[in-house]
Amino acid sequence: MIRKVRSHVSQNESLLFELSAPGKVAYQLPELDVPPVDAAAALGAANVRDEVAGFPEVSEVEAIRHFTRLSTHNYAIDYGMYPLGSCTMKYNPRINEAVARTEGLAWAHPYQPEALSQGAMDVLAKVEDALVEITGMDAVTLQPAAGAHGELTGLLLIRAALEAQGNPRQTVLIPDSAHGTNPATVTTAGYVVRNIASNDRGMVDLAALERDVDENVAALMVTNPNTLGVFEGNITRICEILHARGAMVYMDGANMNALTGITRPGDFGVDVMHLNLHKTFSTPHGGGGPGAGPVAVKKRLEPFLPLPRLRRAAEAWTWDYDRPQSIGRVRAFYGNFGVLVRALAYIMAHGGEGLRRATLDAILNANYIRKKLEPYYDLPHKAPVMHECVFSDDRQSARGVRTGDIAKRLIDYGFHPYTVSFPLIVHGALMIEPTETESKQEIDLFVDALISIAKEVEEDPELVKAAPHNTRVSRIDEVTAARKPILRWRP
Amino acid sequence: MYPDNYRYSKEHEWIVVDGEIATIGITDYAQQELGDIVYVDLPRPGDSVAAGKSMGSVESVKAVSDVYSPVTGEVVESNAALTDSPEKVNQDPHGEAWMVKVKLFAPDEVNSLMTVADYKEYLAGKE
Repeated sequence: MIRKVRSHVSQNESLLFELSAPGKVAYQLPELDVPPVDAAAALGAANVRDEVAGFPEVSEVEAIRHFTRLSTHNYAIDYGMYPLGSCTMKYNPRINEAVARTEGLAWAHPYQPEALSQGAMDVLAKVEDALVEITGMDAVTLQPAAGAHGELTGLLLIRAALEAQGNPRQTVLIPDSAHGTNPATVTTAGYVVRNIASNDRGMVDLAALERDVDENVAALMVTNPNTLGVFEGNITRICEILHARGAMVYMDGANMNALTGITRPGDFGVDVMHLNLHKTFSTPHGGGGPGAGPVAVKKRLEPFLPLPRLRRAAEAWTWDYDRPQSIGRVRAFYGNFGVLVRALAYIMAHGGEGLRRATLDAILNANYIRKKLEPYYDLPHKAPVMHECVFSDDRQSARGVRTGDIAKRLIDYGFHPYTVSFPLIVHGALMIEPTETESKQEIDLFVDALISIAKEVEEDPELVKAAPHNTRVSRIDEVTAARKPILRWRP
Repeated sequence: MYPDNYRYSKEHEWIVVDGEIATIGITDYAQQELGDIVYVDLPRPGDSVAAGKSMGSVESVKAVSDVYSPVTGEVVESNAALTDSPEKVNQDPHGEAWMVKVKLFAPDEVNSLMTVADYKEYLAGKE
């Protein structure tokens, strides 16, 4: 039974261009109280732009209604649970927004002189310090703008360090349970990917690893916990194997929501890692974010970090550009500053004990869901999980219903779908990550929805295969959209 | 379904040899797993392809997947019809939707690939 939602009137909405009529405006300016100036005469006609042709003209209430109506067509974490596995779609506390809007921070300009930027620089230093403490690493760069950007920065650091020793090496090992961005990063950094198979517990196979690491291997890129939500229990040994052969360990920190406050990658031997502030540290995620993917390194990689580096000099913060071994800038200015402020607000509002509690709650929620759904959905990997759990559609596909169908039916129950068909090592995966955000009530509604769908699959599989039924649009023709895309509003 | 005179790779490509020219495509199993194909990216005549290395990609509504060359050689022709009609890969993967014709460097290389019986057994192991 669908308990969480019922259908209600949702208004159609035209494009702003279609609402437009000449002369409508959404503003009212006061009378000009200085003599008017002819811009063309003052600046030269060549410097004055013509009116923008075709720009929509609407009134204030039309603009407000337009975007409000569109927002009701959407689903967001502020409506309810967003269980996308591997994405850590946690609630973004409003205190983050309040802090980020502090006048001196919100209006800071990157070209302000250092003397006028000490407060903002102090914020950056505090973020670096907090992330060093949380990861157990030695130094952090805040420049990378997102996770994959952090990955690339990390691999370029490894390349620079190995090159400084005389040989950058050729290959990077990636377990088949890794994040999908990892192979792309490796290729972009000029390395060759070699995949290594997981064992039946969904973990890196040590014997295979011993065999695969040779003098051509620059690094292993490992996601821990991996995309099955399983903690690599042998991570210390894995790091030892790589180090013994002069290679390094890159940890994809996308799943850091399972570790924060409990264990530290720096302590188990990782050389370099990134964090997704838009996942673990509750900064906006999706919709363009923007994200932030700080990279944390051990001491030996510190000389290669992007410049400039924050440095304390004579009681004040300064930017240090004298970094001869640096890989150079990876982004303009100093990272997505507003996002870094939000992450710091989150970290400080929680404190160490609060971050630890959040992690434990996230793990508890995932394991609760796993236990509740295990009687209804196939669980291919039985190892204990951390912050997410992965089922397969094995039982349902026998009735012709695949993971994508179940996900679409879940929309009818008022939930955003889980992650579909990933990780690839699970056939027909349902990957669920509740995060610590959700209460037991919301999780129970979610569990009941999936149980109800499992029963529907038994009784009336066609109902599930044709879902969603209660949305504004049901299944769109993805194939024609991809084969014959219409990319313009008007020809 | 799977022609007897073709050889098959573990990555689900098929190959059939005529003299020193081999024709390569993806198998029916591959197109079923991928779902509706929406785009095919192939190497151009004159390009080199190497056994086990990616030579192009196929995009379905689900994912983009590499197409691996089962042999080493030089591309002499690629199937331009697939650019406009990628759905042919779903409709006739072993025939009309051939992807490239390759001049083999070592014609013997084909013998290391799976026969139809081997491939059917390999697929059975995937069930």
